[in-house]
Amino acid sequence: MALVDSLTSALERIPGGGIILTSMDALADWSRGQSLWAMPMGTACCAMELIAASFSKFDFDRLGTFPRPDPRHTDVMIIAGTITKKMQPAVRRLYDQMAEPKYVIAMGNCAVSGGIFYYDTYSVVRGADAFMPVDVYISGCPPRPEALQDGVLQLRELIRTRSLTDAPTYERDLTQPGLDAARAGSTDAETLIGDVPERPASGAGESL
Amino acid sequence: MTARSGESSLEYLQRKLCSVYPDLCPLFSIEFADGVLMVPRSVLHKAAEDLKEIGFERFGFVTAVDHGDDFELVYRLQSGTFGVGLFLKTEVPRCEAVMESLTDLWPAAGWQEREVYDMFGIEFRDHPDLRRILLPEDWVGYPLRKDYKDDSVIPRPDYI
Repeated sequence: MALVDSLTSALERIPGGGIILTSMDALADWSRGQSLWAMPMGTACCAMELIAASFSKFDFDRLGTFPRPDPRHTDVMIIAGTITKKMQPAVRRLYDQMAEPKYVIAMGNCAVSGGIFYYDTYSVVRGADAFMPVDVYISGCPPRPEALQDGVLQLRELIRTRSLTDAPTYERDLTQPGLDAARAGSTDAETLIGDVPERPASGAGESL
Repeated sequence: MTARSGESSLEYLQRKLCSVYPDLCPLFSIEFADGVLMVPRSVLHKAAEDLKEIGFERFGFVTAVDHGDDFELVYRLQSGTFGVGLFLKTEVPRCEAVMESLTDLWPAAGWQEREVYDMFGIEFRDHPDLRRILLPEDWVGYPLRKDYKDDSVIPRPDYI
């Protein structure tokens, strides 16, 4: 990225460079989106759908996405499943080992928010975004392989709308905004009570 | 000794147990088509030894139940010789939650006992490697105890 970064800032300064930059942006973003190699972080049952998506019936490879069990070879981490407090450091570590630019897809309700383990559970992290940045959320329990493939297309759109000059780098840590340390296993009761939705006034919700 | 005609495997086991170990005989009962042997804590290891001797080659699992003042330990043993399984049960007081390990009889008991230790805090004496197995090692408390409290747990609201 370093070479590309300096090249783009140099182009911005010369007259007419903006035109070259715009077309280069389009080319670079297009090509980056076409081969998003995936790090399959299958932590629970959603991994079955993730596996199904890569096999011949759904054929993930036609979108250029290809499961590669090595963080250093991959562009996007697909978190498929419940993240337990014991697994959390391992997920974060694998994410840190991925090369920039990197993206994260949270697949399934557990990776989005904790899902059915949100209440009354002592061992589950409530969503991957509690300890790492997430780009695409896919709901479902589990989502269909088509939904996952749609998530990859959404991510491709996201990459396309970002310019190379302001390509984000995710060198954030738990103390910075956007990441919720409380949900990642803090024992501070006051921050957690804020997460509990208030009971609706009489009758509301019972119509469901 | 062989099974008589018309005799179920469990009845055969009961007859055999009573003839070989008469002291275990009154503790044995058949509940819901399964053999249950409820023994005092002090003789559990000896009873397990006897059962292994008589033909219970396999250790199924061990788990525990929190009854408040005491824990009930439930061992599942399986026998190819008799073609039956058996629940071996005992009670340990909550104030002194210690049990002898069965790893010397069945090495398979090792991880199972670690799980019971992890979840209920029952200590297994003479276990070769007694530490937490499912939870992180710095975890405080034993989550399957009825009096377990954890501030990170969000209680489920009534309307869900």
